[in-house]
Amino acid sequence: MIRTPLRPLARVLSARARGENPDDIERENLAQRHEAMRDRMRHRAEGRLFVLAMCFLCAYVVVGVRMGMLAGSEPTEAQVASTDSEIVAQRANIVDRNGRILATNLSTHSLYAQIRDMVDPVRAAQQLAVIFPDLDAAKLQAQFTGKAKFIWIKRKLSPEQMQAVHDIGDPGLLFGPREMRLYPNGRLASHILGGASFGREGVDSAEVIGVAGVEKAFDGWLRDPANNGAPLQLSIDLTVQAAAREVLYGGMRLMNAKGASLVMMDVHTGEIVSMVSLPDFDPNDRPRPLLTGDASDSPIFNRAVQGVYELGSVFKPLTVAQAMELGLMGPDTMIDSRSPLVWGKFRIRDFHNYGAQLSVTDVIVKSSNVGAAHIAMQIGGKRQREFLGALGLLEPTPIEMVEAPTGRPLLPPKWSELSTMTISYGHGLSVSPVHLAAAYASVLNGGTRVRPTLLKQTGPQYGERVVSERNSAEVRKMMRAVVTRGTASFGEVKGYSVAGKTGSADKPKPRGGYYKDKVIATFASVFPSEDPRYVMILTLDEPTETSGSIPRRTAGWTAVPVAAEMIRRTAPLLGLRPQVETGPIVASFRTSN
Amino acid sequence: MKGLFYVLATLAVMGLAFWAYHGNYQTQAALKESRRLKGEIGDLRQALATLEAEWAYLNRPERLAQLAEINFDRLSLLPMTPEQFGGIEQVTFPAPPMLQVSQPIEIRGRLQTAAVKP
Repeated sequence: MIRTPLRPLARVLSARARGENPDDIERENLAQRHEAMRDRMRHRAEGRLFVLAMCFLCAYVVVGVRMGMLAGSEPTEAQVASTDSEIVAQRANIVDRNGRILATNLSTHSLYAQIRDMVDPVRAAQQLAVIFPDLDAAKLQAQFTGKAKFIWIKRKLSPEQMQAVHDIGDPGLLFGPREMRLYPNGRLASHILGGASFGREGVDSAEVIGVAGVEKAFDGWLRDPANNGAPLQLSIDLTVQAAAREVLYGGMRLMNAKGASLVMMDVHTGEIVSMVSLPDFDPNDRPRPLLTGDASDSPIFNRAVQGVYELGSVFKPLTVAQAMELGLMGPDTMIDSRSPLVWGKFRIRDFHNYGAQLSVTDVIVKSSNVGAAHIAMQIGGKRQREFLGALGLLEPTPIEMVEAPTGRPLLPPKWSELSTMTISYGHGLSVSPVHLAAAYASVLNGGTRVRPTLLKQTGPQYGERVVSERNSAEVRKMMRAVVTRGTASFGEVKGYSVAGKTGSADKPKPRGGYYKDKVIATFASVFPSEDPRYVMILTLDEPTETSGSIPRRTAGWTAVPVAAEMIRRTAPLLGLRPQVETGPIVASFRTSN
Repeated sequence: MKGLFYVLATLAVMGLAFWAYHGNYQTQAALKESRRLKGEIGDLRQALATLEAEWAYLNRPERLAQLAEINFDRLSLLPMTPEQFGGIEQVTFPAPPMLQVSQPIEIRGRLQTAAVKP
């Protein structure tokens, strides 16, 4: 760059000639130079500002574009973050108390047809009917050649069937992945588990929803991904359940009963270890509910939970327990037992006449209705109702099944004095076997309230006290006497000190009155009687024992032998050692010497 | 001096670019591997669930009871009963070893038993 001199000689000389001050020229040039410098500086500053502005603009554009991309893009699963998720199925397993599978999932396929892709609908229909005998070839053909574009053919396929359909080779027959619920143990615990079916269905997947039992009661829990696939652990013991079903089924057939139920419950924790209702069904292929007739005739009817019956004399120990708790009497107090007891136009009779007086223990042992009615009169209706309410006998059980609220006890419309008397021996109040199991557990476990549950518990329930520990032991002693010298003499199982009470209640007719030849035979037992562990309620519906000359229907002849066999089979499985009750072991000697 | 600086800066840029791209490719490879492994784990879990279902089906009490019945002559399995519990004192102890008697015992004499008879 050529610098312009501040004092150019030519101009200085000409200025001097004109008599002007040459310094003015220098000042003028200096000013010009400064102006040029200022311009340059401003230009550079403007450039910098421009660059800075561009940087900011770029940054904002980047942020804006990124935001737009995030807003507009489909969400994807995080790939980098490692998850310990173990969820493979949309529904968690159900396992028994030892972790054995009761319900699980199996991935399978469904079969559907896209009609317009089909090459040879007639042949496809015929071939499908060969593979699936339950499908009708003519019907399928009509559907394939009709107006529909899309048809579901089968919900679940086995791999073999899938291969066979694949071999038909029609491009219109397509498979969709499906998850199906599998109950590997078949009929075992069918009423408890209930069943599952498909909810909303799509080609790619279908919702599996519970339709009954535990499956429906815990539907939300089983499908909750937050549980991370953890199984639902029930209190049921699969081994005991299997043995119990076998024995109960045999007993039902032997006693010519039309139905049977069993509830086995831990007296301290309230866990239901086994619950069977016969006849039962296969939850893999759940039958449809009956639309007409009596619901209890359907195999899906759960007699243990839904069936409310007048259970008869098994209520007597509850009456006696309350009377002793109120301090009205002791085990040896004498009670009037003259039969019949006339109340208005109503007569209360005993099976036999037991004479003028019986001790409270003998009222239980000989099962005297008249004696129980007299005891109830001393208690009074209000207190009786309160006590039965405290045992949970007046409301549906809190058991975790969707059917539980349908097992609502049937109360007398008016709790009159007559009702008080009949309820004392188990007539006029209908409850389910689970109700009775919970009430027995509450009274006999030492006297604290127990609520039945189907979930595995970690420890005993410490419910409110219903009877004192001493009275609980007294009632157990009376019930033990029922087995050793009373109506349940067939109930003795060596080593387990069974205590129990029989109940044979005439079945009510649908239009009032009672059948003469139809009974519900119940044996409510607790074992071992000194240190109670389990309560067992066994009920046979309309049993008849025909080994004698006349058919016998009382529980002592029907329910009790079945219950004894049940205890003999299940108690060892529950880990109970038989206790030797009398004297030292005699038969112990060394055989080698 | 300036030239050397430019050369070094260019080399540094090249090196960093190489490093960045290398890292990028490695990450992508790792992601791909992790996707593959996750898929494999999923498949294995599904296979495991199927096997567990099959195991539960084959071990259902009904079938085990039938098997015990079929193989009764070999296994002699019976339902568990209270009589099968026993005390430790009821266990039979093994017989003590017999003394080895290799030589017959010589008889030196005989007690006069007849004299004692009343």
